[in-house]
Amino acid sequence: MIDAVSDRVTDIPSEIAASRREYLTALFASGVITDTGVPGVYGKGRIFERVLGGFDRFITESGLDQGAEVFRFPPVISRADFERSNYLKSFPHLTGSVHGFRGSERDHTDMLRMVESGSDWTDHFHSTDLILTPAACYPLYPMAAGVLPRNGRLFDVQSYCFRYEPSNDPARMQIFRQHEYVRIGTPEHVSQFRDIWLDRSQAMLQAVGLDAQPVVANDQFFGRGGAMLAASQMEQALKFELVVPIAPMNELTAAVSCNYHQDHFGSAFGITTADGEIAHTACVGFGLERITLALFKAHGFDVTRWPAPVKTTLGL
Amino acid sequence: MVEKIRDTLRQYARLNRDVSGISEDADLYACGLTSHATVNLMLGLEDAFQVEFPERMLRRRTFETIGNIRESIAELTAGLPAAAS
Repeated sequence: MIDAVSDRVTDIPSEIAASRREYLTALFASGVITDTGVPGVYGKGRIFERVLGGFDRFITESGLDQGAEVFRFPPVISRADFERSNYLKSFPHLTGSVHGFRGSERDHTDMLRMVESGSDWTDHFHSTDLILTPAACYPLYPMAAGVLPRNGRLFDVQSYCFRYEPSNDPARMQIFRQHEYVRIGTPEHVSQFRDIWLDRSQAMLQAVGLDAQPVVANDQFFGRGGAMLAASQMEQALKFELVVPIAPMNELTAAVSCNYHQDHFGSAFGITTADGEIAHTACVGFGLERITLALFKAHGFDVTRWPAPVKTTLGL
Repeated sequence: MVEKIRDTLRQYARLNRDVSGISEDADLYACGLTSHATVNLMLGLEDAFQVEFPERMLRRRTFETIGNIRESIAELTAGLPAAAS
């Protein structure tokens, strides 16, 4: 199964592809994660979840002084809200939508015959009102519609997120957990938030022995128009990532991303500041699986031998 | 050429003021041009002038002013029969 998939994100050199496959095989062999037969969709073992849970709690503790409102949403959003977010304009290729069966008994029989014959039975499925959550902050914006309090709002959200990008890169999962802090307010609120969290998130990674470097980055926008959106995002330095080694070959992968959306969501969802201006938003997102994998990469698969301060921070 | 650019702006750019009154060196982003509208504008200009912007031109600056757009299209259509339009 692993060998059958190519990395569709970029044309990667064969030695890197081979090293990713090798590392994935090692992760499966260690029992840290489990193969499901689908690239980028893994089961996680007890140790993986303990480490991930430890860092998840560390994120919450590190933001306690900020007084964030905590929300947890299931990993789906309404189709109407999804459309308003304009995600489809930028990332049609990463979107996953939920489909369901509403056919007759005859349709059901037909469909089962198709399953048996190995043909595409999904024609019998129709779209529902649900889209898989692409980033943990998406369910928040419709909820924040209207006039903000004078100091704006700050949220703590965590959710499974889906992106349709099957890959053998262990660090690029199709479904993964993001823990985010999201600031909604004036441009000043948002820029202050970003300054605080760029430093703080780097210090948090350092506290668990991950030497993360901040880099200006861009999202994987779709098509040639997307190349322009990406260039514009870079030019305006709207996205920073903290990158760490996860796979062999010294590749660096984003473990944290800090995004300034300007008035994109404020305008799409009708969020205004106390002074009646369109609200600006920013988020800092921690990729929980990626951070966990980076910890295994840095300290090895045997958690009992990790440095004491790291174990203490993660409550292991 | 500038009139055709203005027509394309009217169709795709969703600016917050009348395109006729915008000077060639005015900042279109300050006139309400968003990132997503820039993508539509780019595709609209490609259709209107039968050109394809190369990657080096897929930058914010290329679409910042009517003058910048004119220069880029002039460069892309230089020597082509369609340049006269």
